Amino acid sequence: MAGWKDEVEEIIFPGKICVPYSWTVGSTLSKWYVQLRDDGEIWANRCPSCGKVYVPPKIKCIDCYKDMNDWIKLPGTGTVETYTVVHYSEPGLHPKKPPFVYGVIKMDGADTGLVHLIDGVDPDKVKVGMRVQAVMAKERDGHITDIKHFKPIA
Amino acid sequence: MGKRVGIVGVGQTHHASQRLDCSGVELIAEAVTRALDDAEVTLDDIDAIVIGNMDHFENVNYVDMWATDGLGSCMKPVIKVTTGGTTGTSVAACAYYHSASGLFDTVMAVGWEKNSESDTQAAIATCANPVLERDPFAGAIGPLATEYSMYMEAYGATEEDSARVAARDRNNAMNNIYAHNRMHVTVEDVLNSPMLSYPVKFLDMCPRSDGACAVIFSSEEKAKKLAPQPAWVHASVVRHDYTHFGDLAWQWMPTLEMATLEAYKIAGITNPVKEFDVAELYLPCSTCGVKWMDSFYFCERGQAPKLIRSGATHMDGILPINPSGGVISCNPIGATALLRVGEAAWQIMGKSGDRQIPNVKKTLSSGFGGCSWTDIMILGADLP
Amino acid sequence: MERVAVIGVGQTKYSAGMRETFHELVFDVATKALKDAGITIKDIDNVVSVSSDFWDGRTISSMAISDASGAFGKDISTVEGDGTFGVLYGMMRILSGSFGTTMVVAHHKGTESNMNGITNTSFDPLVERKLGLDAVSSAALQARRYMTTSGGSEEQFAMVSVKNHGNAMNNPFAMLPMEITVEDVMASRMLATPIKKLDCSPVTDGAAAVVLAAERNAKKFTTNKKRVWLNGVGHCSDAYRLGDRDLADTRALKQAAKMAYDMAGVTLDDIDVAEVYDAFSYMEPMWLEGLGFCEDGMGPEMTERGTFNMDGALPVNPSGGRLSANPVQVAGLAALIECVLQIRGEAGKRQVKKAEKALAHGINGMCGQSHCVWILGK
Repeated sequence: MAGWKDEVEEIIFPGKICVPYSWTVGSTLSKWYVQLRDDGEIWANRCPSCGKVYVPPKIKCIDCYKDMNDWIKLPGTGTVETYTVVHYSEPGLHPKKPPFVYGVIKMDGADTGLVHLIDGVDPDKVKVGMRVQAVMAKERDGHITDIKHFKPIA
Repeated sequence: MGKRVGIVGVGQTHHASQRLDCSGVELIAEAVTRALDDAEVTLDDIDAIVIGNMDHFENVNYVDMWATDGLGSCMKPVIKVTTGGTTGTSVAACAYYHSASGLFDTVMAVGWEKNSESDTQAAIATCANPVLERDPFAGAIGPLATEYSMYMEAYGATEEDSARVAARDRNNAMNNIYAHNRMHVTVEDVLNSPMLSYPVKFLDMCPRSDGACAVIFSSEEKAKKLAPQPAWVHASVVRHDYTHFGDLAWQWMPTLEMATLEAYKIAGITNPVKEFDVAELYLPCSTCGVKWMDSFYFCERGQAPKLIRSGATHMDGILPINPSGGVISCNPIGATALLRVGEAAWQIMGKSGDRQIPNVKKTLSSGFGGCSWTDIMILGADLP
Repeated sequence: MERVAVIGVGQTKYSAGMRETFHELVFDVATKALKDAGITIKDIDNVVSVSSDFWDGRTISSMAISDASGAFGKDISTVEGDGTFGVLYGMMRILSGSFGTTMVVAHHKGTESNMNGITNTSFDPLVERKLGLDAVSSAALQARRYMTTSGGSEEQFAMVSVKNHGNAMNNPFAMLPMEITVEDVMASRMLATPIKKLDCSPVTDGAAAVVLAAERNAKKFTTNKKRVWLNGVGHCSDAYRLGDRDLADTRALKQAAKMAYDMAGVTLDDIDVAEVYDAFSYMEPMWLEGLGFCEDGMGPEMTERGTFNMDGALPVNPSGGRLSANPVQVAGLAALIECVLQIRGEAGKRQVKKAEKALAHGINGMCGQSHCVWILGK
């Protein structure tokens, strides 16, 4: 199959798909982002059936498929369950220049973890089990980046 | 041999041009919840899930994974199928084969789309081969307009004929609380609506909608326990065409003829107009509601205008087509073809509300998409 | 229940920067699979293609390969995800009684697009996507979690890479056959702790096809030597958000594996060889735990002991695994084809002795959210 390249010039077309998107945030996450943006608070919601507390909040409990109308304000603190120090560069995607740290933060008062950035600490000093707290961005516009990052609790 | 399979529940969202009140996952949850309620089952009764949509309309990769919270699929078997416009019937067929295989009893098919979240025509243009046809290809309207003008020339069909179909479907939608566009229109209104691409006018063409649909299939024994009147699957057939648009035969619909012939053979249909009590057809444009009647074998080739003019396909005719209002009234693309199956199932189950046709025993549903592709599903009140 | 066999297989050599279009690759492997089965396209009565609009860079990507897969005039559908799920749909279509012989074909040209950009679109645009996560950084979170729960070390993960690249030396289809050491892996460029360059699978191009047949057709078309039976299958998805899961908990795989073992009527002792998903080195021991081949947390230690080497109790990834070639949609199908070759005794220098039952494993989603497990046998 590879033999054709001896006889024919290989041609490659560069291409890009440019389609604009506008994602509807919906009732559950809109409520979450408004609280985050306006009050700088992280809220969670609780399954009326099994009591599991989710952050980010759920439209339905993933175990019980029950509607989730019971909201709880979280203290914004948590424990690093896992983390990674990113060393490669992907300028179109990454919010920071490497090295920077992603973590899954097991949030106090919730049963789930929140994936976010960990900063305010030497990347090499980040440890599993480290206690951290959310740092809010000064300018907030209703995105996950309204939480600037998590930093170690001194 | 495999098991016989029936539809035991159907759910659909209220469809609209924009459902700004809910996210994609919430939209899916709305359809899933309604299907579970319709079948009077819970997620514990669902053994496997099939989902489909068109990736580039929402820009979500691995939709089957992303939709977990809405699908209720955590710790369940889930699979994604996608085939463009035919996606809805493809998920229906896939759910049917799940149950028919004997590997799973009760299986939920989910199709959805939030077309408001992207530029539909920009996304759809990327279906064409990037090194041959992507630049000159002009979206969905041009090809449909071309095929109908050829049919008009060949058989004397008119713009009034397609306008009659448009008025029929749009007025039928008045009886469907879920439909996106519900408007009373006359043939004159259609003829006077803005020209998009001759001979297709604004009111001839489908909209793009936000919506989702879920249909629950179950194998014979279970289906009989779950529903007083399951809609039994008699045939499921798919025929797809070539890869390049330039290769297609535009003067007729080869995939539609191949698929219907095979499905009629499997289901033992010899006189479709008489034997089907309702047809829910994926007619993306009212012109297809004329031209394609030949290819469904509802009439001799070229006789479609006569069939439409006779009123045979209206609500009080011998074969009502699209009591739901059809695709020109509602088009959440990944769900569109599944709605055809779900609406037909409801007709058999007697759950169609104001659009119910009395005493429905056998129905025909179709999906259209891709490169002039056809999916067919035949349902019946009696076991096949 | 009627049995279904794999009667023909075909795959390209996996490599980077292939200049054939992906429909040319599909045509190539479909032709090879038919030839391997000793049948023609006329004997195929339906097709399942596996493609991804994201990787292919076009919507309705299955349009591009319908003629190459010989689907004109036949019943066809398209699964989006790993090839193992395509085989699952292919088998269900046969078991339904509607079809007798199915072509399943998958393709992938990873080098035509941006891996990080595309895997980033697997994350929720409403939450995590904006943080810039992709397949590598999310896998790194899982790897660290697995180290925490199992006590496994980076050196132990590196041993998986050494083993699998070494196995690939005997597989002419593999893209990265390499004789490397643990030190080489440890010294390779750090991407996202604890994952280094040589812990990762390469961006790969390639295609693969299998022909499935109902028992009646399998016996008509092929000899006993070519037939390999699909004895059992199971699939299951875990939760979506990374924070909803304990990333080191393999519960979804455990459930999928149980379904497959129960259906096949096998126990772990019956399995002679396994092709396990190893897009990243830490995944192999973790998924081996989920599959039940070691107790939870014991994967790294048993890897170090050599249990999964070619001369160990259970040779794992004799093909070289995904670490040696990872054409995403094709990955699990290539694993399944390796199992077929092993059971047929056609695996050349990498042949496992007395391979009568084999296990193939594919995944969908980030950090192995969804699994498909196959048991194949003589």
